[in-house]
Amino acid sequence: MTILVIAEHDNKELKPATLSTLAAATAIGGDVHVLVAGKDCEAVAQSAAQAAGVAKVLLADNDAYEHQLAENIGDLVVAIASDFSHILASATTTGKNFMPRVAARLDVNQISEVIAVEAPDTFKRPIYAGNAIATVKSDDAVKVMTVRGTAFDAVAAEGGSAEVVALSEACDAGVSSFVKEELTVSERPELTSASVVISGGRGLGNGENFDILYKLADKLGAAVGASRAAVDAGFVPNDMQVGQTGKMVAPDLYIAVGLSGAIQHLAGMKESKIIVAINKDEEAPIFQVADYGLVADLFEAVPELEGKL
Amino acid sequence: MKVLVAIKRVIDYNVKVRVKADNSDVDLANVKMAMNPFCEIAVEEAVRLKEAGTASEVVVVSIGSKACEEQVRAALALGADRGIRIDTEDGPDSLSVAKLLAKVVEQEQPGLIILGKQAIDSDNNQTGQMLAALVGCGQGTFASEVKVDGDTVAVTREIDGGLQTVSLNLPAVVTTDLRLNEPRYAKLPDIMKAKRKPLAVQTPDELGVSVGSKLSLVKVELPSERQAGIKVGSVDELIDKLRNEAKVI
Repeated sequence: MTILVIAEHDNKELKPATLSTLAAATAIGGDVHVLVAGKDCEAVAQSAAQAAGVAKVLLADNDAYEHQLAENIGDLVVAIASDFSHILASATTTGKNFMPRVAARLDVNQISEVIAVEAPDTFKRPIYAGNAIATVKSDDAVKVMTVRGTAFDAVAAEGGSAEVVALSEACDAGVSSFVKEELTVSERPELTSASVVISGGRGLGNGENFDILYKLADKLGAAVGASRAAVDAGFVPNDMQVGQTGKMVAPDLYIAVGLSGAIQHLAGMKESKIIVAINKDEEAPIFQVADYGLVADLFEAVPELEGKL
Repeated sequence: MKVLVAIKRVIDYNVKVRVKADNSDVDLANVKMAMNPFCEIAVEEAVRLKEAGTASEVVVVSIGSKACEEQVRAALALGADRGIRIDTEDGPDSLSVAKLLAKVVEQEQPGLIILGKQAIDSDNNQTGQMLAALVGCGQGTFASEVKVDGDTVAVTREIDGGLQTVSLNLPAVVTTDLRLNEPRYAKLPDIMKAKRKPLAVQTPDELGVSVGSKLSLVKVELPSERQAGIKVGSVDELIDKLRNEAKVI
């Protein structure tokens, strides 16, 4: 049994999500190979080769893979799929984009957002915005799945010494092309991998008021997230959204400020170890999942908290 | 250009689901159902393309039991021209849905196919991508902006770090993200008119697709409950608890 993990990267560095996906692959058991597809991504392949438990790294370096276009990456994975019993990618927007293409081309179903490995053919995954956990069994010849990073402890990034093999496949489906990218620049830790996350909701009132969260975040070395209401109101960009349709986070500490705690928001953060809620409405649903709740005006409580840390 | 929109009947997003006592599945008996929110956005986008003169006809397709005709009618009331229902049991897997939709695409030859990015029941986020793969066309997933220009479409996608724009040859598949648009409400006269719009029913057999699955549901459980928390009286108490009890700061 050989398992293929498709690396998440930006052509420069390997993303932490890959290490969590490798943990899921290790839990399935078998030889683990990693595919690094991109352009000028030799460094990524070298770091993948050092990750614990990796037996081999396949490097596909080609212009066609530079922006991880689903059509091209999908074709590449399908081209090498026959060697593998399981194909795994991180449940990031990149993994979610190309993996179902791979599954359909292989005539198998995909198992999305796996949170636990029960057996090599049986997995757990959340459904209904995380309000139920389904155990599913796949009789497909190849198990194609995406892995929710926050559900697995990352494997060690160092210590491995896998060989790197260059692939010659150059798959360009020729139906799509990259136009541009606008990435949000942030010096704070990345939301999905931060150990502390502070999220603001509609209660913040406007975008400027998010400054009090940023100040608190800087004290705690935290990432800043938001509810959909705050994103829709234009307070912050949408890649800060935590929830069913945004990012899934599971930090050690999640501080929810001025957000009510709708089902869709809870879906994205209720696996956090400790949840703190600061809200002036003591009936807000967020208090039902919060370990520590403070009923207070956030405009007084947050600066006070920041000042006393 | 014809636009094909796939929609799904799902549990209303405000309903908190119950898991059946025997853990076989969630309990959908007597639960309020509605059009999947992402599908509403897909219908809205198609209707806007028609209003802008880009699309000539909007066809809505849904797969499931007769009950999902309610959602097809809802889409017709929002401005779609005609509906198709593929008659199956409720809840076929994503691959079967994608195969059925691929046959409908072959039949209808749309220029653009719009789906929601995920259904809020299964949370799979697969069907659009699978359909694009089966049809052999490009895909613009998690779209927050769609611009058709001649025989290509520029799709701005919501990705983890921000936004990415790709250009796709038509026909193409687009899946909608929440910020693509704000769906309209149906007006009463439009709801009445929608009752007279054509709605065809086809079977998987007619389309030459066998609906089955190698994926089986073993059990469905409630997620582990969080321990009930406490309310603290002041910021000082909160800091004390976080430092000394939870030890997270």
